[in-house]
Amino acid sequence: MIRESYLNAALLAGLLAVPLYALVVDEPFTITLATRAAILALAAVGLNIALGWGGLVSFGHAAFFGIGGYSMGILAFHAQNFVPLDLGIMVFDGTKSMPIIWLVAVLASALAALLIGLLSLRTSGVYFIMITLAFAQMFYYFAISWARYGGEDGIPIYVRNDFPGLNTLVPIQFFGICFVALLLALWLNARLVASPFGLALNAARQVPVRVQTVGLDPTRLKLVAFVMSGAITGLAGALFADLNRFVSPSMFSWHLSGELIVLIILGGVGRLMGPVLGAVMFVALEHWLGGLTTHWHIALGAILLGVVLFARGGLIGLLCGPRGQT
Amino acid sequence: MSLLRVENLCASYGASQALFGVNFTLAEGEVLALMGRNGMGKTTTVKAICRMIPSTGTVQFAGQDLHRLPSFRAARLGLGLVPEGRRCFASLSVAENLIAAARPGPWTTARVCAFLPRLGERMGQRAASLSGGEQQMLAIGRALMTNPRLLILDEATEGLAPLIRAEIWATIAALKRESGMAILLIDKSIRELAQVADSAAIIARGKTVWSGAMADLSADVSEQYVGV
Repeated sequence: MIRESYLNAALLAGLLAVPLYALVVDEPFTITLATRAAILALAAVGLNIALGWGGLVSFGHAAFFGIGGYSMGILAFHAQNFVPLDLGIMVFDGTKSMPIIWLVAVLASALAALLIGLLSLRTSGVYFIMITLAFAQMFYYFAISWARYGGEDGIPIYVRNDFPGLNTLVPIQFFGICFVALLLALWLNARLVASPFGLALNAARQVPVRVQTVGLDPTRLKLVAFVMSGAITGLAGALFADLNRFVSPSMFSWHLSGELIVLIILGGVGRLMGPVLGAVMFVALEHWLGGLTTHWHIALGAILLGVVLFARGGLIGLLCGPRGQT
Repeated sequence: MSLLRVENLCASYGASQALFGVNFTLAEGEVLALMGRNGMGKTTTVKAICRMIPSTGTVQFAGQDLHRLPSFRAARLGLGLVPEGRRCFASLSVAENLIAAARPGPWTTARVCAFLPRLGERMGQRAASLSGGEQQMLAIGRALMTNPRLLILDEATEGLAPLIRAEIWATIAALKRESGMAILLIDKSIRELAQVADSAAIIARGKTVWSGAMADLSADVSEQYVGV
């Protein structure tokens, strides 16, 4: 068995080494692939807080991913077309500044997570899965019919947004931004899990009734976790939109919610680096197997089956042993 | 004024009624033994007090009516429950079990470890890997960490070896002596209860059939309702 902390460090070093190597041998597309993996990992780190530690199987995290994406899309759309955004109480010119876009993306997705969480957390189990899916689908169909922002065609953004001091169109610099965002989310996640709140959340997942008898409200614990989870996934959505310089309703689709869950299960539910390992594997398979056959999902499905049947705790569980022992 | 006042408490599990009117009061610093044979409603009474099942009647704790509160709010008022079957948070370590429950007050991790030395030796160990006796100690420690005004111990010695039981009784006696905390005890060992409890209430078929000072509990009464 490998110590989980060593594996975690190796994974992050690997994710950093690949684009640096690609930079040296001048293969910008590989850097873009690594950026995509980092962003998907960030989205899944967000989901893992709800799913892994809160036990909340959200099948609707695409809602937050899409809200993050559309926050970026709408703000950049108004800035690039010089059409002011009239909010009724104030008129806003839009912005191409990444920090402002991220702030809006995080706040908007956190607010959405709060409202969705307030309603969804009245249910549990399969009903929770279905109600979160339903919310995400509502956003999906709303985006399709939102003609002002491209409807089904989405919003193309011609130039990547700005970050002070960096040229974001240089792939390695944009990768750097995404990688740092991922590191911050992982740090936050690690701190959260070790905090009294994290311990209480962990306990609430295991025995909700018992948590109540020590004076903690399990619903509130889960709601806070769900909001944090949604906010991180929303940030990932804003970065993803910037990576592609394009926003479309597919960011809200249930396929995406499903993929995020798959990433976590592959890597390891409730393991700090589970989402990262899952995302790296997913992007690698998508690229190499996808180059060989358009039916690469069959192979992914077989691997997922193998992991679910033979590797409880995902690949990290397979390599490092069960949760909580390392 | 009494700390806990239970009056005409009735509760049902679905269609079947389990409690038909339980009455007793417990004063600050008092140790009360809730007695009765299996299936008479002792644990149900505790669940109703802690708001884990719906009930009717009066449950007044520290001057507040508990009936409108969700169970976590009742717990925050100072009800510390050590549940039947222990039920520690299995995947958390001993220290994490304590920290997760912590509320401000005189009982801190350090004090709990000094009071329950067995826990202090095993702070990093996962709760699932503890022996039954150690898990019971952890459940008591976890309840103390909430800094309760009333500690409720539901069958705290059940299924444990005689030596461990003796240790738990000694712990309860020490708690009474040192902290002056009010304690509600459910147990089947009448002899040990008699040594530590100030008063008793006996439940039979979901009703209180006797209550009073422990010293006044005659052999006849205890034979009739509790005896084996």
